[in-house]
Amino acid sequence: MSAVAPSVDKISGPTKKSEKILGMTDTLFYRIVSVFALFAIWEIAGRIPISVAFPTFSSTMGALWDMILDGRMFNAYAETLKPLAVGVSISAVFGVAIGVGMGLNRLMQWFWEPIFVVLQASPVAALIPLITYAYGIGLTAKTVAVIMLAAPIIVLNSYKAVRNANPSLIQMCQSFQGTRFQVIWQVIIPSAAPVIFAGLRLGVAAGFIGVILAELLITPTGVGDLISYHRSVAEYQYMYAAVFTVILFSAIMVGLLEVAEVKYFRPEKKKGH
Amino acid sequence: MSTAAVAQMPDQNASTEDNIVEVRNITKYYGEDIHALDSINLGFPTGQMTTLLGPSGCGKTTLLKIIAGLLETTEGEVLIHGKPVFGPGPERAFVFQDFALLPWATVIENVGFGLELTNKGTKPEREEKAKHYINEVGLGGFEYKYPHELSGGMRQRVGLARALAVNAEVLLMDEPFSAVDEQTRRKFQEDLLYLLANEKKSVIFVTHSIEEAVYVSDQIVLLSPRPGRIHSIIRPEISRDSTPDEIRRDKRYLDTVEEIWTNLRKYLD
Amino acid sequence: MKIFGYDIPPVFSLLIWISLWEIAGQLQLAFILPPFSAVVVELFELVQRPDFQSAAYQTFESFVIGMTIAIIAGVALGFLMGSNRIANSVLGMWVNIMASAPLSSLVPVLMLLFGLGQLTIIVTVILFSTWIIALDTYAGVHHISPSLREMGRSFGASRFQLLTRVLFWAALPEILAGIRMGLIRAVKGIVIGQLLVSVVALGRLFRTFSDNFQFEEFWALTIALFIFALLFSSAIGWLEHKVEYYAATRN
Repeated sequence: MSAVAPSVDKISGPTKKSEKILGMTDTLFYRIVSVFALFAIWEIAGRIPISVAFPTFSSTMGALWDMILDGRMFNAYAETLKPLAVGVSISAVFGVAIGVGMGLNRLMQWFWEPIFVVLQASPVAALIPLITYAYGIGLTAKTVAVIMLAAPIIVLNSYKAVRNANPSLIQMCQSFQGTRFQVIWQVIIPSAAPVIFAGLRLGVAAGFIGVILAELLITPTGVGDLISYHRSVAEYQYMYAAVFTVILFSAIMVGLLEVAEVKYFRPEKKKGH
Repeated sequence: MSTAAVAQMPDQNASTEDNIVEVRNITKYYGEDIHALDSINLGFPTGQMTTLLGPSGCGKTTLLKIIAGLLETTEGEVLIHGKPVFGPGPERAFVFQDFALLPWATVIENVGFGLELTNKGTKPEREEKAKHYINEVGLGGFEYKYPHELSGGMRQRVGLARALAVNAEVLLMDEPFSAVDEQTRRKFQEDLLYLLANEKKSVIFVTHSIEEAVYVSDQIVLLSPRPGRIHSIIRPEISRDSTPDEIRRDKRYLDTVEEIWTNLRKYLD
Repeated sequence: MKIFGYDIPPVFSLLIWISLWEIAGQLQLAFILPPFSAVVVELFELVQRPDFQSAAYQTFESFVIGMTIAIIAGVALGFLMGSNRIANSVLGMWVNIMASAPLSSLVPVLMLLFGLGQLTIIVTVILFSTWIIALDTYAGVHHISPSLREMGRSFGASRFQLLTRVLFWAALPEILAGIRMGLIRAVKGIVIGQLLVSVVALGRLFRTFSDNFQFEEFWALTIALFIFALLFSSAIGWLEHKVEYYAATRN
């Protein structure tokens, strides 16, 4: 165990302060190291190679560069993001409305909660192949896939957010003769905003999963097509590059939304990280 | 002014023969800028109840946790029976402010937890011992209840029984009654004194309640804040033979409370 | 919701949704949506079919193997993240990325690397569920009150005892919640994996049904999976409920 000995260099007690390495915080340093380590392992595994279908990191990055230069990557993302934006917007408008309604009204909750809980818990992705029969393989089908995956999360988060609004704040507002309308707009909605926004963030991530899945399963367009096309012609480095951008894109998107969430809705969380 | 003996020199009682615990020159920094304790020298007499009392920020809990071996010092050492110790040891047992009971274990399992960790005795022996101390603290019949089925006061009795069961010579109590309501607290203080009279334990007790400190202590160490230093040491010298109600009306008791309050109020912002 | 003074539990609102489905099916509003009653009849026939049973068994096997590995890996990762600041920051970054990434895009890669068989399905299950288990385990470890650790130490617990006798149990409610979430994700993963691989187990059935416009069978299969997922998660939910009382006693 710990030695209880007089020594001056032990001043930094149990409160672990971050140290600086190469002018950055040590956690950032180790994160960057871990990224490079992963790429190095990827490169080595590709050079062995562990499988004919496993290109090296460098050739994957080369393929990525090719696709960025000839505009294929840009076009693919434009194609993929359209249904995502439309689907998430629709889910956000209706999802937040239904969720908030459920939080405020017992009948709404009675009617909507079970169906959304079932949708949230069940593998609705199984239904994606069916969408083709109803909506063809165009933008609509992809948008429906996005809504199917994004809406339940947004609804349930909005509902929980309103449900968990601090009761003593509500009573405070009531005791100062706030009307029901004032209670909702000045207390319940503002205090629910952070969780509602967190739900939107999760909805965007889920919607992205939905659109990629739709592109892989039913409509060979966008980024999903980059993946399946290059797989079918065995240009694996291009396929891996496309998968790589999908993961990277989702990480950046979710990261930015998290930053926005902390900045605008949870300033108290800033220091905790 | 006071009927209580006040030792003005803090070092006066340090390093005498019959101190079971001594701290020497304890200095504690949190990080580089928070100076919690500054050169504390203190002796804790065998078989007596010593209270660390002071306003918040005076480092009383820090000092207790250093003695317990739960925190490292920046400088200085802790001696038990004159020998320096490192980390927690079997001669000390801790009673926690928030009870620190295992919520998934019954009362008897909680009380026996310390024995079990160090493999003292067979299982029936441990249970026998746990039962004995459950009865001692007045929880007979609650052996197979879970913590969430007990009131705050009863939970702390479990915490006390657990500390007694490992048969440590020194009990370290960190504001043990602060999460307990006032009525329960008074009853608990009385029971604690009664129990300790039979158990021959040395107790180091942290509290922020002046009344509590004067009521239970043989020796009160007043700490001043930022950084924590010994302000003075007071021995209330109240006869323990009287009934609790008599003590609470005793002139010496009331004067000591008043005197400590006069000393401490200047640290309030 | 009260009707004539009787409380109607929310689950009953599902009956309204089912009736709507039945009506839409009877009116033949969409050819992909057969009436609910026909689907239920088909469900009973489906579960007796040997091809369903062997496919379901294969899928279930992949699921159990994958989940077991995911639970062990996820809990270990969570405890590692809770053990120190650097591990938390590095592993936390990767676990968070993986937990919200569209992992379905990785399934084609897995198909390449692990073939079109059961192994790909198992890896998919692991990939879908490990991260959320790790995140929840970490949340559990992170919220353990410091005094519980101090208690263990002050009564002489070794590092191993502290982990197995105190920390694991203290984090158990969150670990179980994580496993439940992981299960739900794993079922989703298995569905996605099998839709994409679609040459083994239930995936092949899905493909056959949808290619041949056998929508009653398709819906019956989907509902069978829904029921499986719900049964599994309510089993874990029941376990969670058993340990819930002590989760509530912590602050």
